[in-house]
Amino acid sequence: MAAKLRETAAIGLLWGAGIATLLILIVILAYILVNGLPLISWHFLTTNPGVRGQQGTGIYSTIVATIAVTGLALLIAAPLSVGGAIYLNEYTKENLLRKVFRQAAEVLAGIPSIIIGLFGFLFFVIYLQPYTGGWSILSGGLTLAFMVLPISLRISEEALKAVPGELREGSLGLGATKWQSITTVVMPTALPGIITGLILGAGRAIGETAAILLTVGGALGLIHGLRDPACPMTLYIYNILTEYNDTTTAYGTAAVLIIAILAITFTTDYLMNRYTKKLKGL
Amino acid sequence: MVNTANIGVRTLRRTRTRVVGERFIQGILLLCAISSIFAIFLIIIFVFSQGVPFLAEAGLSFLTGTVWLPSDSFAAGTWGIFPIILGSLIVTLGAVAIGAPLGIACAVFLAEIAPPAVRRALIPSVSALAGVPSVVYGFFALLVIVPWIRGQFGGFGTSVLACWIILAVMILPTIISISTDSVRAVPREYKEGSLAMGATRWQTIRSVLIPAASSGIIASVILGMGRAIGETMAVLLVAGNAIAIPGSIFAPVSTLTATIALEMSYATGAHQQALFAMGVVLFVFILILTGLANLVSRRRVTY
Repeated sequence: MAAKLRETAAIGLLWGAGIATLLILIVILAYILVNGLPLISWHFLTTNPGVRGQQGTGIYSTIVATIAVTGLALLIAAPLSVGGAIYLNEYTKENLLRKVFRQAAEVLAGIPSIIIGLFGFLFFVIYLQPYTGGWSILSGGLTLAFMVLPISLRISEEALKAVPGELREGSLGLGATKWQSITTVVMPTALPGIITGLILGAGRAIGETAAILLTVGGALGLIHGLRDPACPMTLYIYNILTEYNDTTTAYGTAAVLIIAILAITFTTDYLMNRYTKKLKGL
Repeated sequence: MVNTANIGVRTLRRTRTRVVGERFIQGILLLCAISSIFAIFLIIIFVFSQGVPFLAEAGLSFLTGTVWLPSDSFAAGTWGIFPIILGSLIVTLGAVAIGAPLGIACAVFLAEIAPPAVRRALIPSVSALAGVPSVVYGFFALLVIVPWIRGQFGGFGTSVLACWIILAVMILPTIISISTDSVRAVPREYKEGSLAMGATRWQTIRSVLIPAASSGIIASVILGMGRAIGETMAVLLVAGNAIAIPGSIFAPVSTLTATIALEMSYATGAHQQALFAMGVVLFVFILILTGLANLVSRRRVTY
């Protein structure tokens, strides 16, 4: 009888933990969205912030800045991570070398963003200033590439690993070279997984603040080039909270960010599900 | 005759260029793979190049001193970051103490108890929690958790407790996703054997599944710890950032990450180098935690 009671209580607690996790997410998202969504209008999205980020202005230049740094980070990290994943999965066997590479990516992913920011500040903002323009989109995007790289590398590698070996053997058996079978057989099959990795990397870049804080400058004007300083949405939230105590605009900006993150989560979830189903069907 | 020879040479040449091309591509792909190692080296070299000379000059008193009065010349400043290191540790351990039980329980729920429909809702929710930007967590904490603490317990509200609560939430996705994987990786026979012996579900979970998955669960907690100690923006917004050893959980606190982020905006000279030295200290913490997590997850449970 006691065992039965304990059983019910324990299972109940586990249900509680699951529901609590779901509730935490819902509460945070709902709080931001309920307060932020009413602010989002065409005007809010297409008007630049005021010089002091006053209320009643928009966040256009910060959206542009977020897209610019994220795009730049992806542009650099995508070929490196996909290429790296292809090398690890197609050209090496499960050996020490591969372990070292994987370990390195893991360590890189674990480095706190503020340390990556310190590095980006020293390397891109100070050391490479003649090329990057100091605090700029370029410095910020290059710094973010270091954070996107390990994420998309890991997921691309998983996607490639999931491609059945028979596909490769079939292609090689038909006389294709290794690279030909990679480009015509392996890559198309693994593409949804690889894209998922890149989207998740983009999500990381969109949401990043600490590394951006030290490298991008925080200027609110609309950028005209990659060497201009800028203020992506995350940094804008931080700045208006700490400098102007303007919670209203912060709600609106946070809501835009949350919508972007939710879109990313559901897209990747959908892509991944379809991908695994498709591979199982093979 | 001439024709076939020609074709032969041409094929040979084509094969050769093809082999050369393949090698070339392989070389480029190798470079891509090396890029993460290269990136780590770059980060270490640059951050350490500023931080280590300062550490050498300040000596052990940098880590043990309790007074932090930075200045742009080394001689004019007092460089003790003990309260900041302690702040980072307090904030991290408290967050893990709250977040780990909840995360592990949620992972067991996901792996063993949840009906498929609930699981389908919960898994993307955990990814969404992982995707929410840290500044948004900080924003939420500043507007909801901080005023609540201020109202309930007095003080400013920006406090150790505020950091604990928001960090506990932020490390949930790390703990849940890794723990769930390790619980699901336990061989089915273990579970079926236990159930067949007449054990209840909870008895099976407690005495078979959790022990068998323990290495992965512990690794997930350690990685969660790494996430908490490295977190910057949320802590920066709700910690209060007073550089003193907090007297209670309602007192403000400052951490390595928040101090770096806050003071980098105006620091110059020796002060800036000191912040890089803090970065080195933080980096060492992270390396220790990553190493520990690896060590633990390599350990296999054998019966």
